[in-house]
Amino acid sequence: MSETTPTVTQATLVKKAAPKSDYKPADVSPQRRVQRSFAVRLWSVRHSRLLEWFYARFADMFLLLHPLWKGIGYGRVEGPVKFVEKRVKGFMFDCRMCGQCILSSTGMSCPMNCPKQLRNGPCGGVRANGNCEVEPDMPCVWVKAWEGSQNMVHGDKILDVQKPVDQSLRETSAWLRVTAQAAAAREAARNTAKPGASA
Amino acid sequence: MIGRQRDENPAGIHLPLDPLPGHTSRGRLERVLRRGEFAVTTELNPPDSADPEDVYNRAKIFDGWVDAINAVDASGANCHMSSVGICALLTRMGYAPIMQIACRDRNRIAIQGDVLGGAAMGVANMLCLTGDGVQAGDQPGAKPVFDLDCMSLLETCRIMRDNGKFLSGRKLTTPPQIFLGAAINPFAPPYDFRPYRLGKKIAAGAQFAQSQYCFDVPMFRAYMQKVRDLGYDEKCFILCGVGPLASAKTAKWIRSNVPGIHIPDAIVKRLEGAQDQKKEGKQLCIDIINEVKEIPGVSGVHVMAYRQEEYVAEIVDESGVLKGRQPWKREIRRDDQLVADRLDHILHDEVTETQVDMVKTAH
Repeated sequence: MSETTPTVTQATLVKKAAPKSDYKPADVSPQRRVQRSFAVRLWSVRHSRLLEWFYARFADMFLLLHPLWKGIGYGRVEGPVKFVEKRVKGFMFDCRMCGQCILSSTGMSCPMNCPKQLRNGPCGGVRANGNCEVEPDMPCVWVKAWEGSQNMVHGDKILDVQKPVDQSLRETSAWLRVTAQAAAAREAARNTAKPGASA
Repeated sequence: MIGRQRDENPAGIHLPLDPLPGHTSRGRLERVLRRGEFAVTTELNPPDSADPEDVYNRAKIFDGWVDAINAVDASGANCHMSSVGICALLTRMGYAPIMQIACRDRNRIAIQGDVLGGAAMGVANMLCLTGDGVQAGDQPGAKPVFDLDCMSLLETCRIMRDNGKFLSGRKLTTPPQIFLGAAINPFAPPYDFRPYRLGKKIAAGAQFAQSQYCFDVPMFRAYMQKVRDLGYDEKCFILCGVGPLASAKTAKWIRSNVPGIHIPDAIVKRLEGAQDQKKEGKQLCIDIINEVKEIPGVSGVHVMAYRQEEYVAEIVDESGVLKGRQPWKREIRRDDQLVADRLDHILHDEVTETQVDMVKTAH
């Protein structure tokens, strides 16, 4: 084996040995198969600054509505909100409903579309044309994320180290979670400020 | 002081070294790097067998030429002996393995367990990787796990070491003492993000970094310039990945089939033009080492000679990166040598020791 070069790898042999039939799926990874073209996703990345601005207003609005959500009960509004969120974000970003949205840190390019679901940057396998290693016809999610983050006001958030995905939060509403957490933080800030003011 | 080498535990070669201030591990590689010596690491081609001798034979050819040996974790998504298994064997013999951990095959529960197990066996260095996609390997039908990514894996290991806790917050009774590594690939897009990504890895816990195969030195130099501007070379030891190409044909095959390896046309041309392509490939590797070792901020080289492991010693020798230094080498200890000599004498030399003879010689 030292003189001849390994032109045929085991992987090639396995692929050749696979049963042949007329039906051959177009894409390699299952993730890629459940989505349409990436036109809208790429539009979102190109307009990351606009979406960042919009998202900030939208989050404020949701926070304003916190008493309403609380009044109805977060558990009760979860269904409808999730329905809308899934469709809107699914259309705009090919959202995977991981339930812990970090779009604002990733240039409005959803990292869960990466076949390796990397949340901290591109792997070393990105092709020279900027396409994915696993899906040769898909632009690398993280190449796009870097481009998108360059347009954003808080684009340097892409440099934050993200925690691993909490799989138990999948298929839950990130919008409601963020709102509830922001409300709790606001509450906590108010409580700590009060004793400080009276003292 | 016979047989006692630098960076060796006097009580046994398989035991961890004495802790040193400022060191997070008790391994040899960290000592070499922190002393400011130019380190050489290499990669062991994992056997497809259950025979420990296969591992030892493959490690033996690196003896005295490298400071640490990477135990790969199913590289290219091809199934081989596990990195934990290889590390267990290598640490018994006193080698300094770098245990590679890929996120492709195991979830956070398994990985944290392996970190503890590896550290308990005396593995002092761990390299945190994302791992190639399963489609690249010999079992494309496997389930890709990717529960953590290389960054969160680094952070997990750092938390276990520094805070003595699992990711869940549960306490460890004895935290692992490990030197954490990361992989870098300056040769894949998005090029201007790559230096910042190293910064991210350092923030997550990386103390050393091994790069992908470097065949484009100007590109690597530009990357290192940016890394130095950001000051990352002072926080992390950077080892440049190099390796011999067997022929122009191999180079072309790698370029089109192995993701993430960038080989410029000039390299392929140079190989094509050579009489003996294999020799030229080796010379090319030595030339690249000689260029990259002069780049400020480069602390060592990582020689990956897949299926050409016998060339590693020659490459290291001819490039002169060790500057006369000899890395730790497995040697027979003096008392073992005495026993061996004595046995040899008893078994092979003609010794007739009858009691009559002994009485005669006594008089």
